[in-house]
Amino acid sequence: MSSVQLAGKRISAGERLFLVVLYICFAIFTFLCVYPFYYLIINSISANDVSARGDVIFYPIGIHFKNFTDMTHITGLGQSAIISVARTVLGTIGTLIGSSFLGFMFTQEKLWARKFWYRFTVATMYFSAGLIPWYLTMMNLKLTNNFLAYVLPAIVQPFNIILIKTYIENTPIALQEAAEIDGAGILRIYAQVVLPISMPILATVAIFAAVGQWNSFQDTLMLMTNQDLYTLQYTLYQYINQASSLAKLIQSTGGTINESVISAATQQTPTSVRMTVSVVVVLPILLVYPIFQRFFVKGIMIGSVKG
Amino acid sequence: MSLKQSALPQRRPRINARKLQGYQMFLLIFPFMLLVFLFSYYPLHGWIYAFYDYRPPFKLTDCEFVGFEWFISMFSNASKRKQIWEVLCNTFVMSGLGILTSWLPMAFAILLSEIKNQPFKKAVQTLTTLPNFISWVLVYSLAFSLFSSSGMVNNLCIRLGLYDSPVLYLQMEDNVWLTMWLWGTWKGTGWSAIMYIAAITGIDQELYEAAYVDGAGRFRVMWHITVPGLLPTYFVLLLMNVANFLNNGVDQYYVFQNAFNKSKIQVLDLFVYNLGLGSGSYSLATAISIMKSIVSLTLLFTVNGLSKVLRGESII
Repeated sequence: MSSVQLAGKRISAGERLFLVVLYICFAIFTFLCVYPFYYLIINSISANDVSARGDVIFYPIGIHFKNFTDMTHITGLGQSAIISVARTVLGTIGTLIGSSFLGFMFTQEKLWARKFWYRFTVATMYFSAGLIPWYLTMMNLKLTNNFLAYVLPAIVQPFNIILIKTYIENTPIALQEAAEIDGAGILRIYAQVVLPISMPILATVAIFAAVGQWNSFQDTLMLMTNQDLYTLQYTLYQYINQASSLAKLIQSTGGTINESVISAATQQTPTSVRMTVSVVVVLPILLVYPIFQRFFVKGIMIGSVKG
Repeated sequence: MSLKQSALPQRRPRINARKLQGYQMFLLIFPFMLLVFLFSYYPLHGWIYAFYDYRPPFKLTDCEFVGFEWFISMFSNASKRKQIWEVLCNTFVMSGLGILTSWLPMAFAILLSEIKNQPFKKAVQTLTTLPNFISWVLVYSLAFSLFSSSGMVNNLCIRLGLYDSPVLYLQMEDNVWLTMWLWGTWKGTGWSAIMYIAAITGIDQELYEAAYVDGAGRFRVMWHITVPGLLPTYFVLLLMNVANFLNNGVDQYYVFQNAFNKSKIQVLDLFVYNLGLGSGSYSLATAISIMKSIVSLTLLFTVNGLSKVLRGESII
């Protein structure tokens, strides 16, 4: 052991250089990963005339929060936020129920044709009919311009089912047997025995499902033409492309009501609208990030133990 | 004889009860199986559209049956052939770049494990995974803020006198393959590295100690112990990458596409989207989808067979 420590302490000049370069490289890459977010945030709270000129680079200048209150004047933004939150909550609940119930049922030997149905479900991970057939199907099922299109497809997710099934298989079967002897039915065993002991894996699944729902863009793009069903992601995409017209809209509504003289620092510009909406979209992720980063390694480890 | 007879009436009902319970349990999962069928198997019937000249307002039965015409036109029609060739080129280059650099997260993890300053290590590990959790729309928003004509990079460069008029980075056609790869790498490297970081902690510590006792230096230990320890994980992920060669997804390329870079950014998935939902050529788009699905499935099984031969273990 002492020789190991000795070897560790004897650092040659080459190694020292290597370490210095390593620290610098990691610092640069980390900076590149974080700075864009920082840039968005400082710009969204800086004086709008300064941020539009591109002068806000290192720290906020002329801090104000009027941009965020002005966002309420954009018609459709509130509705998108509601849709985004609703699909995230309901979609995640759907994924949790579907994955945990099927994961549990696929461990039950008694289930009729268990192997077949398990394969029937898991096989869907490896093929897809393609974009257009999928779109036409959704149209046939009346799921275009329908909020259910966000939730229903989320319920059965083979990968999560495998995760949870593997987890349940590794918990002591005696717990289920004891409950069965006590006369508990299958649903009771699921709800009162299996669900409580599966909480760690359910938390992991919930977090990744929620992030997936919040970030989802493609389904809105393809299925929704009704503006009331747009998600924040889709609305943001539209705003990036038409921020200038929006800025004018806010100037004409927000400015005249509150104050007669519109100050240049708080007058909306295309830049300020784009930045502020982006911050609104990214903020939930940044806020829950400290909580869910401790699930990362756990989630990945479970996945890699058994496929 | 009498013993058997008395045993039978006892056993029969028990088996039946068990079977009955099995059916009852199936009834519970039936609604879920219906969803699986509706969203994954039922869409396959849409492949039939590839054999018709489908035009949306009309019903399929009112449209002309054209057989394999769409499939043939992909190869016989010169302008279509050129376009598909272009799209395939984009797909191959972008997926190829991803596969060629798929060792980056592993290198990232190995090098990060060399850093002994725990707070620094933890900060790097945490902060570099952040981009993985934002959508491509938001990535585009960040890109727009930094690289558009009035973006930060142009502002800074003009102010520093590097050039006079703004460079339209987002409209550039020539290096779009590279920039798409860069954004993908920026978004994914930190996250993918976590898997290898977890794998590194699983390597037997005694191997390291033994190597140090034998006088191996830092680099030899990395090369002869850490790298071989991670290769199995790398191999599986590489095979998955190969199996997904044609599945680039739509989001990234859709948000970054514009009139100027379209010919270089259209990967197969985006092309199918643009063709089908953009310009209404449902039938041709479906035909291309079918070809893609067949190639993808073949790739998957080939790769799986390869894995069975080389590792004695399948990946699916």
